[in-house]
Amino acid sequence: MTDPAVAIRRDGLDPALVVWEEFVPGGGHWSGIMKRGTTLRLTDTKGGANVSALFFNQEEKLERYNMADTLKAQHTAYLTRGFVCYSDMGRVLCSITADTCGWHDTICGVADAKLITQKYGTHRFQEHRNGMFRNGRDGLLVELGKYGLGKRDLVANVNFFSKVSADDAGNLLFQPNNSKAGDYVDLRFEMNTLVVLSTAPHPLDPNPDYAPKRVALTAWRSGTADADDYCRNFRPENQRGFYNTEVLFR
Amino acid sequence: MTRALTESKLDPANAVYNYELPAGEPWLHRVKKGQVLRILDLEGNQAVDTLFYNAHDTAERYSANDTLRAQGNIYLTTGSQLLSNDGNVMLTIVADTCGRHDTLGGACASESNTVRYALEKRFMHSCRDNYLLALAESDTDMTKRDLVSNVNFFMNVPVTPSGGLSFADGISAPGKYVELRAEMDLYVLISNCPQINNPCNAYNPTPAQLIIWNGE
Repeated sequence: MTDPAVAIRRDGLDPALVVWEEFVPGGGHWSGIMKRGTTLRLTDTKGGANVSALFFNQEEKLERYNMADTLKAQHTAYLTRGFVCYSDMGRVLCSITADTCGWHDTICGVADAKLITQKYGTHRFQEHRNGMFRNGRDGLLVELGKYGLGKRDLVANVNFFSKVSADDAGNLLFQPNNSKAGDYVDLRFEMNTLVVLSTAPHPLDPNPDYAPKRVALTAWRSGTADADDYCRNFRPENQRGFYNTEVLFR
Repeated sequence: MTRALTESKLDPANAVYNYELPAGEPWLHRVKKGQVLRILDLEGNQAVDTLFYNAHDTAERYSANDTLRAQGNIYLTTGSQLLSNDGNVMLTIVADTCGRHDTLGGACASESNTVRYALEKRFMHSCRDNYLLALAESDTDMTKRDLVSNVNFFMNVPVTPSGGLSFADGISAPGKYVELRAEMDLYVLISNCPQINNPCNAYNPTPAQLIIWNGE
């Protein structure tokens, strides 16, 4: 499983706590369940990765990551350490407990097949087999379908490792080189959560070549947030969000 | 920053529909392709939280992400094309005397109010209550599953280059309006926002006028 050419960062990780590790190829898609008290580390193995992610309450999938509630509760347009991902029910699905990258995009959504074809040309399975060009929308729809979910559940997502800022006039600016080889972000799950991912290119990635990067997923038993937790105390709003979450598990 | 304001030549005397939506109430209405909908901020600084659905297939709906990415800018104003989750143009903003509108701030909800303000704010009226009730009473099969990030007409949510986001004092004023031409048959779902915990309604929710004209 381990590829020596791949930079897997295990800063602060006790190997005895690691539950599993796997790699998602660039352009691929993945889904799985993360239980409360476990953490998922996403590692950009090459630099320039993009991970489009959606989060759902495993027990009640109508409760899901809500971009607007996440942004306005924390007065931010982007995510990094300290921020948490809110559901529409005022609860914390996951917290960003570590981040070597500094900025994760919440605004730009995913590319669809039409956009990928416009940018990179046609590259079908028939000619290219598994080297075909995949897109974020289709990847997320495939994974959602495995749980009986579909287009209606494809809501605004997070794009980990990608940075897009807005200038004073509101113009969106994609910032290349935001994420380097070995950069990682840790998501500690505060609820039992269905995680749906695509590693297809960010829709605003200016790279003229279709070159999505491989991403490592490392899951470990981190435990839950204690009273002094950085994310819990990052903002007073988060203290209330953690309260809303924890009453579910009392 | 506000862009050039664009006035409309349409005369309310020729409208086919004209309704004053009281403060804090929902509105679900069919708007046909080619019709023009004006949303008028009667008393100023009133957020009008709005969602759009393809009337023939409501799984196709307004997408804030696709709209912003395609125009390369986070604010909506004249010329903005509101895109669906299938990448189709649902509406075009054809007039705007306010200057810019938000689509990142979403709709207020009891649950998000508990996080943002205080646990006891849960029992205040909210946009998501309005949306849920309007859908429950409608003849559509839409549910909470269909509630996604909306447009907040007249709401000012500036984003800074360093990534800060805030709900700021409004840039709207009494009589400001925005006009949208429907590019497909639509359901339009509005909550005339009842939020009183931040400046989005100047702490005083007020009515909005909704006017529809047939296409030329």
